[in-house]
Amino acid sequence: MKLFCIGLNHRTADIETRERFAGHAQTVAMLHDLNCHERLLLATCNRVEIYAAAEHEIASKKIVHCLHNGEVTSGPDLAAFYRHENAECARHLFRVASGMDSMVIGETEILGQTKRAYETARLNGQTGRLLHRLFQHAFSTAKQVRTKTDIGRGAVSVGSVAVDLAEKIFADLRGRKVLVLGAGETSEKTLRALSARGVSDLRVTNRSSQRAEELAAELDGIAIPFGTWLEQCREIDILISSTSAEGQLLTPALLGPMLQERVDRPLFIIDIAVPRDVAPEINKMDGVYLYDIDALRLITEETLQLRRQQLAAAEAIIDEHVAEFCRQVGTSMDGNGMSANHVNQVPAAPGLEVSSAS
Amino acid sequence: MDRWLLVLSTVFFFAAVVRTVIALRGRIFRWSRFNFATIAIGFGLQTAFLSMRGHAVGRCPITNLFEVFIFLAWSVALIYLLVGPAYRLSLMGAFTAPVVFLLQLFALLVPSDTPHPSRLAPNPWLEFHASISIIAYGAFALACVAGVMYLVQERQLKTHELRSIFYHLPPLPTLFAAMTRLLWFGFALYTAGLVSGFLTGEPLPRTKIVLAVAIWILYGAILQGRYLRSITPRRIAALCVVAFAAALSLLWSIEFVAHHA
Repeated sequence: MKLFCIGLNHRTADIETRERFAGHAQTVAMLHDLNCHERLLLATCNRVEIYAAAEHEIASKKIVHCLHNGEVTSGPDLAAFYRHENAECARHLFRVASGMDSMVIGETEILGQTKRAYETARLNGQTGRLLHRLFQHAFSTAKQVRTKTDIGRGAVSVGSVAVDLAEKIFADLRGRKVLVLGAGETSEKTLRALSARGVSDLRVTNRSSQRAEELAAELDGIAIPFGTWLEQCREIDILISSTSAEGQLLTPALLGPMLQERVDRPLFIIDIAVPRDVAPEINKMDGVYLYDIDALRLITEETLQLRRQQLAAAEAIIDEHVAEFCRQVGTSMDGNGMSANHVNQVPAAPGLEVSSAS
Repeated sequence: MDRWLLVLSTVFFFAAVVRTVIALRGRIFRWSRFNFATIAIGFGLQTAFLSMRGHAVGRCPITNLFEVFIFLAWSVALIYLLVGPAYRLSLMGAFTAPVVFLLQLFALLVPSDTPHPSRLAPNPWLEFHASISIIAYGAFALACVAGVMYLVQERQLKTHELRSIFYHLPPLPTLFAAMTRLLWFGFALYTAGLVSGFLTGEPLPRTKIVLAVAIWILYGAILQGRYLRSITPRRIAALCVVAFAAALSLLWSIEFVAHHA
């Protein structure tokens, strides 16, 4: 039995190509007609891949046609596809499930998508012993990669960085009071991220009271008059500021007296505005943690850098699991010296990549 | 023989320190059972040493500066093993191991293991006073460790430089709560030790009393500042470090005075 994977992803194809080959209702049935005894379609916004097991070699072009309503595909389209077989197929899936092949390295959504694709195929009777073993191995590999490396560590969006920081400053976000000063798009996203982690006391203020009321209603918060925002700083724990004011709204002179009343209550300020609403000197004050948009972006970049540094350690784990997978199912697969180091490749169609896409 | 147990114990604490340094240099700092396991084994060996020494001197083995430091290192390890898992303070072992290692190394390197000139008659109040006071020091040492962890985490939040360790250290309120509880625990034990010192029936050197009361006032002032919320958490963390350094110096002074009295 041959195990193989054919697909394209964000690195090998643009979005138009990915849309054309996103698969359709008949894809799996067509694969069955091609004598793929086991078959699974993994389709996400960044990749479309078919994992299959068949007794005989099946030309890649035929498989690709199944993703495109069976129509004839052009040479440039085929060039976007990669093909991996046996051990390399396992390696590719393990990397995909671990988030190592994703646009944002270490993201976790792909693991959930892979699990759902497997579950759908399993319930429809499209998986057999090989794909079952392959995907179970992939899930345990992904788990190990996440627990034994820092590949999923940290946040990679401004909203999630803000949440991470808030959790380190306050531990539990339930019961924390948040004030949004200026209802912009980024502050709205940040507020939603905080709300998802349990923040329930949301206050919104804006020069346009209508916009404040709309956002407050959307997030189950309350709108407060713009003129009272400074007074709110006595009570709140988190301030998200994103007004279009030309000067600084919050200075050490304004905040200083309030801090004396809240010695053991920290204040987390997220200043997304450009020009900044909050004087940077405020960060020097005890118990105040000020982050502007540059600081937040820098953290996301450093997080990605940290994740990239983890790739070598993650690859080592993948190697171990590929070897283990080959030991377990080696006799079930094509007997031509199947091992982690040997890939029994099908002759590729013209323009078809057989190496890894990463 | 008993000294070899101590050397072996020190090697285990050193292993925990080495692992911490490697993790720091590799910028991959994560929780693992290694530190807990090495400290637990080191603690077991310390206990065996103290037990043998106790049988040899016929009383609680805190008869000279060497034994006092070993007993202190033992109490730090003991409180860590009790407190660490209970408070779920990840990485506390990584910060505790260097403290225990340095205390023990100091005891081993400084020629302070001088036999007591005369075999003392057992005095339950004296032994209670000395042992409970040193265990209080162990709690203060752990409060100092929590304080260092707090300062490391707080500094990263202030400077916006988030290292790998940032994601593994507990949140600030968790560290502050642990620090406060350890301070109260240590303070209660120290108070008991101080009071029992007056019940020993032995003559008390004036300098020793003054220094011991000074430590008590220092920790009392920190707790008062916390209770009245007049000191910020960051300053309390810094004070925990300063107070322990002062207390350790004073402990050495007390023993020095007692030895030369």
